[in-house]
Amino acid sequence: MQYVNAFWVGGLICAIAQVLIDKTKLTPARILVLFVVTGTVLGGLGLYDPLVRFAGAGASIPIVGFGNVLAQGVIKGVQEHGILGILTGGAEAAAGGITASIVFGFLAALIFKPKVKS
Amino acid sequence: MQYNQQEYQKYLEKKSPNSPLLKNVLFAFVIGGAICTIGQAVTDFYQTIAGLEESTARTAASITMIFFGALLTGMDVYCKIGKYAGAGTLVPITGFANSIVSPAMEFKKEGLVLGLASKMFVIAGPVLVYGITASVGVGIIYYIIRFIGG
Repeated sequence: MQYVNAFWVGGLICAIAQVLIDKTKLTPARILVLFVVTGTVLGGLGLYDPLVRFAGAGASIPIVGFGNVLAQGVIKGVQEHGILGILTGGAEAAAGGITASIVFGFLAALIFKPKVKS
Repeated sequence: MQYNQQEYQKYLEKKSPNSPLLKNVLFAFVIGGAICTIGQAVTDFYQTIAGLEESTARTAASITMIFFGALLTGMDVYCKIGKYAGAGTLVPITGFANSIVSPAMEFKKEGLVLGLASKMFVIAGPVLVYGITASVGVGIIYYIIRFIGG
């Protein structure tokens, strides 16, 4: 059942983004920014974790889930380290994803050659 | 090349008048859903086979998906899927990796520092700036609520 929910919730989040692209002409960069901030706000309000429990990767793999990780991290940071956690919690929780993106992204760009545009 | 903004705009303007919204949305739904389903399988693998706890398994799954997003972008596979998938390949975390690798590869010829490395963040930069800033906002509000609540 988790797989069915992952499929349709994940698909639905992408479909919403597609409607925004087609109807508003928001650029992909703006969509990603909008979605990550939405995830952070929903995560801060405690509304996104229930969706992650329901849909698993359908909620955690879209970039909205990255925003949620930041929000959950900062809340945990404040609980454990007080005021300093405001600055450390978000990046700490997202550290794996950020570092992986930088290192894998760097290596892939270094190794592969850009293809000629058709 | 869905991540070069000018080209993407041109592509949109060329395609928009007769590109059926329903077809685009359906493609985005199916391919986006499929990527998330793969992500779920990877999460389950880390949880059941590798024995990681749930939140760690989710992080490991995201990292794995980022790896494949970067690899498939380098192999020129991701952009080809993206032509049909639109937001279906943009919104999953693999799309974030794609947004890093795609411009970095394209501008590699302008050097390893101001070409490759700086262009990695053309899209990822804003995502991190607004995402992290928003998280600090959440942190401040949460701190104040905790302080008042004792």
